[in-house]
Amino acid sequence: MSPLRRFLRTPEAVAGAILLGALAAMALSASLLFPGDPQAIAGPALLPPFQDWSLPLGTDRLGRDVLAELFHGARTSLAVGLAAAAAALAIGAVVGTLAGFADGLVDEVLMRVTDAFQTVPSFLLALAFVSVVGPSLGIVVIAIALGTWTGPARVARAEVLSIRERDYVANARAIGMHPLEIAFREVLPNALPPVLAMSSVIVAAAILTEAALSFLGLGDPNRVTWGGMIAEGRTVLRTAPFLSIVPGIALVLTVLGVYLAGEGIVETTAVKRGLS
Amino acid sequence: MTRALILLRRRLVGSVFVLLIVVIGTFLLLEAAPGDAVDAYIVSTGGDAGMIELLRHRWGLDQSELTRLANYLWALLHLDLGQSVTFSKPIRDVILERLPNTLLLMVSATALSFGLGSALGIYAGARPGSFRDRFLSISSLALYAVPGFWLGLVLIVIFAVDLRWLPIGGIETLASDRTGLDRAADIAIHLVLPVSALGFIYLALYLRMMRAGMAEAWRQDFVLAARARGLSRRRIVLAHVARNALLPLVTMLGLQSAQMLGGSVVIESVFSVPGLGRLAQEAVAARDTPLLLGIILTSAVLVVVINLLVDIAYAFLDPRVGAGQAGA
Repeated sequence: MSPLRRFLRTPEAVAGAILLGALAAMALSASLLFPGDPQAIAGPALLPPFQDWSLPLGTDRLGRDVLAELFHGARTSLAVGLAAAAAALAIGAVVGTLAGFADGLVDEVLMRVTDAFQTVPSFLLALAFVSVVGPSLGIVVIAIALGTWTGPARVARAEVLSIRERDYVANARAIGMHPLEIAFREVLPNALPPVLAMSSVIVAAAILTEAALSFLGLGDPNRVTWGGMIAEGRTVLRTAPFLSIVPGIALVLTVLGVYLAGEGIVETTAVKRGLS
Repeated sequence: MTRALILLRRRLVGSVFVLLIVVIGTFLLLEAAPGDAVDAYIVSTGGDAGMIELLRHRWGLDQSELTRLANYLWALLHLDLGQSVTFSKPIRDVILERLPNTLLLMVSATALSFGLGSALGIYAGARPGSFRDRFLSISSLALYAVPGFWLGLVLIVIFAVDLRWLPIGGIETLASDRTGLDRAADIAIHLVLPVSALGFIYLALYLRMMRAGMAEAWRQDFVLAARARGLSRRRIVLAHVARNALLPLVTMLGLQSAQMLGGSVVIESVFSVPGLGRLAQEAVAARDTPLLLGIILTSAVLVVVINLLVDIAYAFLDPRVGAGQAGA
């Protein structure tokens, strides 16, 4: 059975793929379906959901279209989640490979720095970083990556430690390849699979961290974010709780989709490896 | 006992190095911030250029970065974190005032997530593949996808706004001059919602770990041996399978402590709990970088201490650990 077939036979994985597909569709169609500024006023303030079909999910405290904001927020969530996870995996893979391949002092220093990053609560670090540099999409991505690269780094290092004693690495040394070239062209690609297996957890963590930062008002002020929408709705929590609840449900479904799809992929590839 | 002590000493030396990296790294990061303590002070009080000059000189801000880092480290050796501009008090005192609330929140949330999570994990893992196993494993995944701050808001809407069973926020009823047990009960009632919001998410983590560990343990020979000895199923589950699956959870307890401290920043904001996390937010809002630096350091020390305690607990729970490490 092909991995794709096996993936499609796991109900959890299919559910995850559907959720992620819907999210991607929302993000991609946001400017088609809701052209113009999603932060512009679209109708009367605090219109409840399912009242007016031109504004299906109603409006917020300032009369902005909740559905339009939801679609544009999907874009931010997805972009930040993927970019931050990619950055964290890249930093982690490079640091882990260097530490595992170099050993001695370089290994010791890199691993103590990794320890230091794991000792500071990553959310506090992100908070401090964004508040120092100023909130923008790129800075939020870096801030999240700063707190999440340590896990991939440890996994990459452990993998490199087991790979570097193999024959092909000894061969590469024998033909006089530069150690850095061996580390990044021979060892790193082979150490990647277990690191990539962490990606779903990291994407999920990045999406949740972005939401929490925006909730505290540290997101990019020029973009709609689900965290920002929840914070905005919080001011009218007693009278219009749906304003906070709706974007939260979108967040939960997104993160759940990432977990389910990720587990499905890891499971199908693990079975494949087990068979071969 | 000596084994545990040797282990403890090795970890302590390593921790000091790690904390030093944290101090220097965070100091340099916050140095890069535009504006300094004087700017923050002048915003709130007003003052001319001469005043700014004078304050910069008095607070040592006109010295080079390296000198100031050295001064900071020297002060730190005397447990002096400097002066908070926003609170006009020593930063150490401000932090110590807020720390107990955060600790209370963290310890309660950890107890909830670890206790209930491992118990449900044992319940699910006792019969792998059963309906309750699949149900708990899927619903825990869904729970793990929930942002804590949003769960907090939903709990507020249900239990504080609609049902009016629990207070909406704060750590205790203000100006009520309760004492003793009465006050403790008041604080406990205020903690129910924030502890649930923070604890339920990690509950899912422990549940899943316990379940996975038990699935692994079921396949081990000692379970077969226990069965052959005719032990009851209940005894096999608790004394053999669950016991072996519990150890990784203890390690997780230490690893998660940093995460939980980070999580409590947002939860404290949702429930207006005057703890370390809210203080961090206030420091960010007021651009009080020395205060933020102090909070980050305190958190790092807290994480190091929790991990040391977990290591010690681990050495007692699993006798193999100390033996291997101390001999190395």
